[in-house]
Amino acid sequence: MSSEACIVGIGETDYCRKPGSGLSQLGLQLKAATNAIHDAGITSSEVDGIMPFPNLGRAEEFAANLGCSNLRYAATIHMGGAAPAASLGAAAAAVDAGLAHYVLLPAGWNGYSGARARQKVAEDVSSIPGGAIARDFYLPHGFTAPPQWYAIMARRHMHEYGTTAEQLGAIAVAMRNHAQRNPGAVMNGRPLTLEDYLASPMLADPYRVFDCCLETDGAAAVVVTSAERARDLPGRPIRILASACGQPYPADEITNRKDIFQTGLTIAAPEAFGRAGVKPDDADFAMIYDCFTFELLQQLEEVGFCQRGEGGAFVEGGRIDLGGALPVNTHGGLLSDAHVLGMSHIVEAVKQLRAECGERQIEGAELGVVTGWGDFGDGSIAILAR
Amino acid sequence: MNEYTKPLPDLSGANGEFYGFCRAGELRFQKCEECGSWRHVPRELCADCGSWDWSWEASSGRGVVFSWTVVERALHPAFVDDIPYAVVIVEMEEGVRLLSTVVDVDSADLRIGLPVEVFFDAMTEEVSLPRFRRLSG
Repeated sequence: MSSEACIVGIGETDYCRKPGSGLSQLGLQLKAATNAIHDAGITSSEVDGIMPFPNLGRAEEFAANLGCSNLRYAATIHMGGAAPAASLGAAAAAVDAGLAHYVLLPAGWNGYSGARARQKVAEDVSSIPGGAIARDFYLPHGFTAPPQWYAIMARRHMHEYGTTAEQLGAIAVAMRNHAQRNPGAVMNGRPLTLEDYLASPMLADPYRVFDCCLETDGAAAVVVTSAERARDLPGRPIRILASACGQPYPADEITNRKDIFQTGLTIAAPEAFGRAGVKPDDADFAMIYDCFTFELLQQLEEVGFCQRGEGGAFVEGGRIDLGGALPVNTHGGLLSDAHVLGMSHIVEAVKQLRAECGERQIEGAELGVVTGWGDFGDGSIAILAR
Repeated sequence: MNEYTKPLPDLSGANGEFYGFCRAGELRFQKCEECGSWRHVPRELCADCGSWDWSWEASSGRGVVFSWTVVERALHPAFVDDIPYAVVIVEMEEGVRLLSTVVDVDSADLRIGLPVEVFFDAMTEEVSLPRFRRLSG
């Protein structure tokens, strides 16, 4: 059964590195939240549901600052970067069930000027699932940060399917090209060639510097409500046809998975497409959580845009570029726009479906897919339509 | 002797027992007494058959590289002086996989399927890490 819920408001802050946002982590998210609430055409006091991103704020403090005096629904889905797209599903279920009328989903951080993600993991392993496993079996060996965890998956994919560095590079270049058409992207004005990519320093083989997402300051937020309420609001509502999430098995330990390429998305994608009543081929675009180049490639496979093992060939030849068969991350993604924890992927999808993307607009975009990836391979997907 | 600054495992519970064996020069994994399946990392009960009965059984110490990376830029301050270092997943003969490091293989020679064997590297008086080197002979 597809949902009747809609995204009716989107909001963002500026995205930046130096000199930093100048705002607190909470202040940054509140700024995006107020922009989203204003965009929806409602008042803060009407927001009665809040779903904060894991470990980045509490519903109570959002509500107190915004003036949400009638908060009825507060929940967080603990899936790291998979949380925003997964939360869309929970928010949709909440408004469909009448648990709340307007649910706010904020996310944001000072990822550049504040503590870096790699530091957080090293200083507080309880911030990731299986924290004691990482502490006792990963960190002592210097396996301390996401690019290392995921490099070891990328290596295995290269071994089994012949995926190449040039194919990973094609992803980095496509994201950078898209950022050149997004004036707000942190990497706008800084193009990248495949030669630049291949010459960039190795971080954790096969990952080079340009395989890795940016570390930036910024926040984004969306507001979800029912189709019935959306009809009375000024903007064009974007329907959440379906959203689903899942976990790899075991989710708290990377190395002992029988199927090393099975992620949460492997389970979530068929479920979401089934509920929405559409197929991957129906999508006009995809916003794929691109924490690293290979994770984007792998998610293309697990969503079902191509078969497992075919992701390398899929990303070559301009297929994922604007103007290609499946434009991916038209804002530039985590790799070249900004790292807003997946929320900016939802915002960009809404902008495409509202036809607000200017020179990066996909003509006639009617249906899009957004994914999230978090922790050790948790996955989420949302299928959105105008 | 300089103070050891790298992250160390917590030595309580089953994870601590695992490292207790390492300190004594033994690599042991949990094995289900009901269905006989090996497991790593330590768990409370068997996810395959549901049995709570298990014992620590000795591994042959031999396995093959399942996947690898070479860390060339340290993302944790304690490992700055170690780069480059090779992190591997070793698939043991018993079937379980162990995250570790390989010490005597040039990154150019590192490959999936490379046979390796465990040795124990004393980090502190209490903690010896299971590391791997190329299988001899």
